[in-house]
Amino acid sequence: MLRRRFMVMAGVGLVVPLAPIHAVHATPAEVAALIAELVGEGEVRDGRVRLDLPVMVENGNSVGMTVSVDAPVGELRSIDVFAEGNPLPHVARFRFGPRAGAPRVATRIRLATSQTVIAVAKLADGSCWRDSVDLLVTLAACID
Amino acid sequence: MVRVLIGVPKQVKRDEPFEVKLLISHPMESGQRRDAMGQAIPRDIINSFVCTYNGEEVLRAELFPAIAANPFLSFAVVAQESGTLEMRFTDDHGVVQTETVRVTVG
Repeated sequence: MLRRRFMVMAGVGLVVPLAPIHAVHATPAEVAALIAELVGEGEVRDGRVRLDLPVMVENGNSVGMTVSVDAPVGELRSIDVFAEGNPLPHVARFRFGPRAGAPRVATRIRLATSQTVIAVAKLADGSCWRDSVDLLVTLAACID
Repeated sequence: MVRVLIGVPKQVKRDEPFEVKLLISHPMESGQRRDAMGQAIPRDIINSFVCTYNGEEVLRAELFPAIAANPFLSFAVVAQESGTLEMRFTDDHGVVQTETVRVTVG
């Protein structure tokens, strides 16, 4: 395991100087600020949102993600997803209209490194709920 | 025009949510990469997506460079009557593409 880790690090070391323009990743503080902006005056609580992502990711270029919310779809306003370790932390924002059939959406995302991904749901009553997943990425996105 | 695959059941039941799957053939160039000469490759992604059913909104998505190449979306729609599912997306050049699918409520 240690050796594998080392080889991954060595590989990343070789590739990095050629690669990203914004070599700096986002920080948890940046994401916290984005979430605070989204939530406004209220507070964001854990629960009611479920973020489904694999804990071990082999290829960060395409990672299947499902977000679902424990609320009637009519009461769901938006879902935002943030990746703390990506160069640009905001992943997507989904808003649900009157014809939405379920408080759920699935897509595929890029992950630049091992990190925490956070989903925040905003309901019609103004309350905000969150879920997060810590995951390990073996092959990072954005550097091929 | 980019290639789009849309999966929708041909016939659905009234008031029963059904799943829509969408796959757009697009590189979603993140703007984070450099080419072999070290030049930055400009960002080129689909940045917004709107799905409506008979003109009423189902889902509206703002997409950022962290969406994988060949973006895939899956979500549920509920219908009371037969109609048209419209999917409209816009790229960074402002090009808008619209795809429609006929849905029959039986």
